Amino acid sequence: MTNASAPTETGWQRFQRDRTPVIALWFLVGIAALCFSSPLLTALHFLPDYKAQDLVLGPVAPCAAHWLGTDLLGRDLLARLLQGGMISISVGLIATTVALFVGVIYGVVAAEIGGRFEDLAMRVVDIVSTLPLTLIVILCTVVFGQNIWMIFLAVGGVSWLTMARIVCTKTRSLKNRQFVEAAVSLGQSRPGIVLRHYLPNLSGTIAVYATLTVPGVMLLEAFVSFLGLGVKSPMTSWGMMIKEGSDVMEQCPWLLIIPSIVFAGTLLSLSYLGDGLRDAFDPRTAKK
Amino acid sequence: MFLYVLKRLAEMIPVLLVVVIATFFLAHAVPGGPFDKERPMPAEVKKQVEAYYGLDQPLYVQLGNYIGNLAHGSLGPSMKYPGWTVNQIIGERIPVSVILGSVSLLIAILVGIPIGVIAASRPNTWMDRVPMGLALLGICVPSFVFGPLLALVFSLQLGWFPPCGWGSVTHLVLPSLALGLITAAPLARLTRGELMEVYTLDYVRTARAKGVSPTRVRFVHALRNGILPVVTYLGPAAAALVSGSFVVESLFDVPGVGRLFVTAIINRDVPVILGTTLLYAVALLCLNLVADLAKAALDPRTARDRR
Repeated sequence: MTNASAPTETGWQRFQRDRTPVIALWFLVGIAALCFSSPLLTALHFLPDYKAQDLVLGPVAPCAAHWLGTDLLGRDLLARLLQGGMISISVGLIATTVALFVGVIYGVVAAEIGGRFEDLAMRVVDIVSTLPLTLIVILCTVVFGQNIWMIFLAVGGVSWLTMARIVCTKTRSLKNRQFVEAAVSLGQSRPGIVLRHYLPNLSGTIAVYATLTVPGVMLLEAFVSFLGLGVKSPMTSWGMMIKEGSDVMEQCPWLLIIPSIVFAGTLLSLSYLGDGLRDAFDPRTAKK
Repeated sequence: MFLYVLKRLAEMIPVLLVVVIATFFLAHAVPGGPFDKERPMPAEVKKQVEAYYGLDQPLYVQLGNYIGNLAHGSLGPSMKYPGWTVNQIIGERIPVSVILGSVSLLIAILVGIPIGVIAASRPNTWMDRVPMGLALLGICVPSFVFGPLLALVFSLQLGWFPPCGWGSVTHLVLPSLALGLITAAPLARLTRGELMEVYTLDYVRTARAKGVSPTRVRFVHALRNGILPVVTYLGPAAAALVSGSFVVESLFDVPGVGRLFVTAIINRDVPVILGTTLLYAVALLCLNLVADLAKAALDPRTARDRR
């Protein structure tokens, strides 16, 4: 495995040399930690319950009692923001994992079999990626709407195409390398070659494109929720909060602006992180 | 060339068939029906209505009928608006969406590509960093954040443009800006990246050495090569415009196909859902074909592979 770990090390060092992606990484870790600790914070009474309504209070601008203000039903915006973040980030991570598995398996298998099968498999990817997939995702979330896991699956199920294409191209170029030839001549089985030689060499590329998939996936979920077809109340996600905010943006602009900034900031950090990782680990495709 | 187009068109038929079948079953699996209202219909009436729309038959018969009608160019009657066919409803809205989409695409191209060229001409200076930072922001700020903000500033605060509606040129400004500028952002980044690569090639250096003016090198020599991936990207860009149009049309109350799709889902109007999905699939497949043809026209190398 030494041939795989050495480039990874220098890649990691390359990554750390550039400051912006590192800052983005820490920002993301911070946001994720805050969001996922919100049930604990509520249990310890540091944070109000995100479902607790206060109709007498109504919408309040940010103040000392409610740091980010409250929404129309008097629910604390900070608590809702963290809960919504938990959903949005979970969707991002889980759907990306789904996309990753499908994409990597599809790509590796297509390239490993090769020949006409590979051509056909890649043509299918080309055709599918020209279809109006957003519409299909919307339909899926409506059909299986009550079950949040189905949203994860539907979003992940349409996001694997780019991954499959990249993995296939990469595997094909690995196939002709001498160390693979050596492994074949030493009698290693084909699954063995895939596991011991292809996957370690693909890991950098996979990590990079997984990071670049996350913002797209989160955007798709937010988009579906924005149309009112995603997660159901009282649960919330960032897309739904932006929707609720944009409905009342004249009276309560903070309900639109605060979730928008947090959401855009998260997506921006993810893009910076992905670009940084690509520059460090996949220098051939990096922009010059 | 002609044969190639014919082959691509023939390829679309099975793809569209799969799309129709998939959406058909999904749309019928949506819980609730178009006739479920607050006051339930009398059982006999409901039975009559369902028989009229063929809903009492097994799903595969319905699917067969639907595809049969489709072959005659009919998308069937709407379930929510009695007396209207889906062809009429969609046909009324297509021009609106086409106008909005093409103006947005034009904005995207006219803003995105020049910005990319400018940024690539002075890499790592403020002329590169500022536009590219904005472009990255444009990728990360979704249309449903950008749209309301535009409306907030230019319509509610400044009062320059109407916040919603359709009918005059001023109504077109905000929605097409919301859609177009968001699409311009990835175009600018792509153009810059490609041009940076092309600038290192020998033929650009030769042109410079021969004393061709820098502007001419940039826009005539380098852009011709650098634009190829950008043209390829126009297919996905059109897809992004389509999904953006759902949000933007809903936000600015534009009576286009995108909003029709969203309301059809809420109304459970199955024939309209199927019709709009099919329309989008056809539009995207055709746009991709156009992008491929444009690429072949620009790049003789890809044209030769097409035999």
